Amino acid sequence: MSALDAATLAALLETFFEESFEGLERAETSLLALEHDHSEERIGELFRAIHSIKGGAGAFGVTEVTDLAHVMENLLDEIRSGRVATREITAALLQGVDTLRVALVSRRGGKPVDPASHAPIVAQLVALRGGPVAAAPTVTAPTSSAPWRISFAPHAHMMRAGNDPLRMLRELASLGGTVVATDLSRLPPLAELDPTAIYLAWTLTVPGGVARSDIDDIFAWVEGDCDLTIEREVVVAAVAAVPSAVDQASTPPPPPTMGSLRVGIDKIDLLMNMVGELVITQSMLGELDDEGPITVDRIRQIREGLSLLARTTRALQESVVRLRSMPVGQVFGRFPRLVHDLGQQLGKDIAIEITGQSTELDRTVLEKLGDPLVHIVRNSIDHGLETAEQRVAAGKPAQGTVRLHAEHRGSAVVIEISDDGRGLDLPRILELAKQRGLVAPDAQPSDAEIAKLIFAPGFSTARAVSDISGRGVGMDVVWRSIQELHGEVSVETHAGRGTRTVLSLPLTLAIIDGQLIRLGTQTYVVPLLSIVETVEAKAQARHRYGAGEVTRIRDQIVPIVDLAAELGIRPRGASDSDLLMIVESDGAPLGLVVDELLAQQQVVIKSLETNFGRVDGLAGATILGDGRVAFILDIAALSRDIRHAA
Amino acid sequence: MSTIMVIDDSNSMRMLVKQTLITAGHTVVEACDGLDALDKLGTASVDLFLCDVNMPRLDGLSLVKRLRALPKCKFSPILMLTTEVDPEKKRIAKEAGATGWLVKPFQPEQLLATIKKVIA
Repeated sequence: MSALDAATLAALLETFFEESFEGLERAETSLLALEHDHSEERIGELFRAIHSIKGGAGAFGVTEVTDLAHVMENLLDEIRSGRVATREITAALLQGVDTLRVALVSRRGGKPVDPASHAPIVAQLVALRGGPVAAAPTVTAPTSSAPWRISFAPHAHMMRAGNDPLRMLRELASLGGTVVATDLSRLPPLAELDPTAIYLAWTLTVPGGVARSDIDDIFAWVEGDCDLTIEREVVVAAVAAVPSAVDQASTPPPPPTMGSLRVGIDKIDLLMNMVGELVITQSMLGELDDEGPITVDRIRQIREGLSLLARTTRALQESVVRLRSMPVGQVFGRFPRLVHDLGQQLGKDIAIEITGQSTELDRTVLEKLGDPLVHIVRNSIDHGLETAEQRVAAGKPAQGTVRLHAEHRGSAVVIEISDDGRGLDLPRILELAKQRGLVAPDAQPSDAEIAKLIFAPGFSTARAVSDISGRGVGMDVVWRSIQELHGEVSVETHAGRGTRTVLSLPLTLAIIDGQLIRLGTQTYVVPLLSIVETVEAKAQARHRYGAGEVTRIRDQIVPIVDLAAELGIRPRGASDSDLLMIVESDGAPLGLVVDELLAQQQVVIKSLETNFGRVDGLAGATILGDGRVAFILDIAALSRDIRHAA
Repeated sequence: MSTIMVIDDSNSMRMLVKQTLITAGHTVVEACDGLDALDKLGTASVDLFLCDVNMPRLDGLSLVKRLRALPKCKFSPILMLTTEVDPEKKRIAKEAGATGWLVKPFQPEQLLATIKKVIA
């Protein structure tokens, strides 16, 4: 019989899983940080994470992990009390974390693992602790049937801990106990009586059939707060906690899949608030919709209502976007472990610095970001960072550093992955690219362009295919994944000083801030993010350059594109507009000739691929307020095409 | 029925306890750590505290000491939700002023039976 119904328990169990996975991630982070950070706070967090899993596992019947969590907790408790966490201890605890994760994932998938398979790691942890783990002693029930005789004399202060002797007497009575005698001898004169103190003592009998443990339970909380004798001998036996050893195949833990999304209550509250506003606005507008004549006053009221509606809708949209957002830290969190493991594997001493992990990003983007980031970081560690000897020889600190940083820039989230390694071998990259026909033999690309070649399909400079990267796949996957997320990638490298890869990602995939422009009779949308400025083109001298035109803006040569001609709206050279919109893609500027700037507004991106088919140069379409369809320009693709054509 | 404050940093554990208590007809005030508990205590009148030991910001034992210093909580029952069976830890909890403890993991029925002991 359970006090809770199955559905409630299932929901609670799911919460337990999510919480446990988060806890394991935190534990992992803390374990990896333990080497240089053994602050009480750090160790406390680690301890709590495992402790909560142990407690929850017992409560939710996930009993296969309790033994393991228990020994981990014991070891952590020793560390908390000042024991030094050696590498060996950390490694064993990390393995414990992995094993717990596997067990929880399996249980969540309906296939609980056999707790016996945890025996090797449990034994290892126990050994590190230096002794077998004492299990709770179990008290065996006595066989004798002679009645119990209990003498119970509470100390004066017992009630100050909230323990009421009446409660104990009541419980003893429920077991069939009776009070034989009440000792009033300690009772002081009334004037000296402290109402919060106890002066009485009792002698009781309880039938012999009652188990000693039941009586002990009643007094368990007041041990030390009273003089207590319970007459009759009992046997106390200890149970061994270590189960027999069974071989365990070491498989890497599968990442827990995101079954549901946990959202902060503040975000939901905000959303409720917005919906409330929306309802108010709706009723306000509804009142205006009756049969009466349309007066100036009524139009004014309708306008007010509509502007309120616009405000609320925007706020609602923002809160929904926030609802879908999750901190980048969720993805960054797995890197300390990756860096630690790879570093050990390659014999490199590597530190990882993570900043901006609270930056929030759309959940879909975040989920697809993990693999590209892993590729980039692996690449940094494998190719970028040198061994300690090489670093020292180059006058750098022996320990290499990988940095992950995230921040908001406008309506984009920028993620930087940098290392202080040797930097990209640009001449070699160019040589290889020429060999493989990725660039023309006589081409003289800029450093930035060469650096970007590492993202070309099939490109790899690794002299030997290593276990970690260098299979020639990976970096082109990064490029494709980021493109799919409507993001951009750029690479900066300095010989001997390191490489920095910058990913720029939209906050959300569904909505962008757009600048509406007119080309002929058509309206197009340019993502606001890519616009640098808009200038009068006549004021700037235009120069012919090859087949195209360029202009100079603040000492920078900017190619000009007749957008209407490019999109086939009218013949080349037929545009007479002076308006030049300067956009930027991959760090290079481009001037677009447009006829007119219209409003700036947020647009919801509708996929062309799903509804029609892929069109180069267009990122999608949107439906404008008046119901017309407007195309959204893909500035990155446009500028690539134009640069290729030039 | 009674008003019971459940203080635990683990959401699932807190929800499990809360559901059990609510099902039994009690009113539940939730707090995710010691400081939160003190905040939420404010003007509320709480008949029983169920308090986890290991919590961030303000742990269970410190919370008990703080509660015992408040006149209105001087004699309130405070049960520690603990996974510790170590007598030394129990002694420390008692010294801090805890009424008793409930060893995790516990079944909902056990929880209800235990709190029945301390609230009439």
